[in-house]
Amino acid sequence: MTVVSTEKDAENLTLTVVADFAATPEQVWELWSDARKLERWWGPPTYPATFQRHDFVVGGESRYFMTGPNGESPHGWWRMQLIDKPRRLEFENGLAGDDGEPVPGVEPAPGFVTFETHAGGTRMTAVTQFVDVAQMEKLLGMGMQEGMKQAVGQMDGLLLAA
Amino acid sequence: MVVDYLTDEEVDRLFQALADATRRDILARTMQQEQSVSTLAARYNMSFAAVQKHVAVLERAALVVKERRGREQMVRGHEPTLQKASRLLDSYEELWIQRAQRIADVLAGK
Repeated sequence: MTVVSTEKDAENLTLTVVADFAATPEQVWELWSDARKLERWWGPPTYPATFQRHDFVVGGESRYFMTGPNGESPHGWWRMQLIDKPRRLEFENGLAGDDGEPVPGVEPAPGFVTFETHAGGTRMTAVTQFVDVAQMEKLLGMGMQEGMKQAVGQMDGLLLAA
Repeated sequence: MVVDYLTDEEVDRLFQALADATRRDILARTMQQEQSVSTLAARYNMSFAAVQKHVAVLERAALVVKERRGREQMVRGHEPTLQKASRLLDSYEELWIQRAQRIADVLAGK
């Protein structure tokens, strides 16, 4: 796997990440469409995601929660906006309350993902469009920030052990 | 740079505010996380009034923002929005780089 490029646009609050994988677009697509596979990478290892619902059709919704090391379980939801297998998918990712349902007044962040055949593998481009700084903080507050630090810590640990 | 937009007077206030070790520490802590004046007072073993004075100096230099919440006065570091957005984007970038790594691991059957 290679992360080919990342582009951060602080004025338009957009993040674009391009990565290449040694697999077919169909195989990479499955990691999004299959909830059990999606769970294995969406959350950091110390904050794994559990998708209780993953209705992978246009207009379909997902409900998920993260499980933190201290028993925290922030909830989130998706709504699929476009599905063009295995080329492009568009969805909204939002914050949910303890009941698992979307929090009113907190805008979801749209995500746009494309999959292209590239050099015998797949090039995936994931774009996240944020609404404002408050939303960015709230979504990152779902254990993503904490979990990331721990993941980096684990990697550092491995490097030191090597 | 933000400094481009400051008047001489504002620059003076900024340097004056940062010339004190306690104020620099208050700033560092409140940039990390919002703090109440009473928590800060306990940390520095200072009177509430003394900490309040330090906070007022930081506030005049636009380095912190103070807000009354119930009986507490909360202090937080004031970061211009764009700078904050850029810091958050850094975090999301890191998140997605880690996700890409995990995707590769799942694909590799790890």
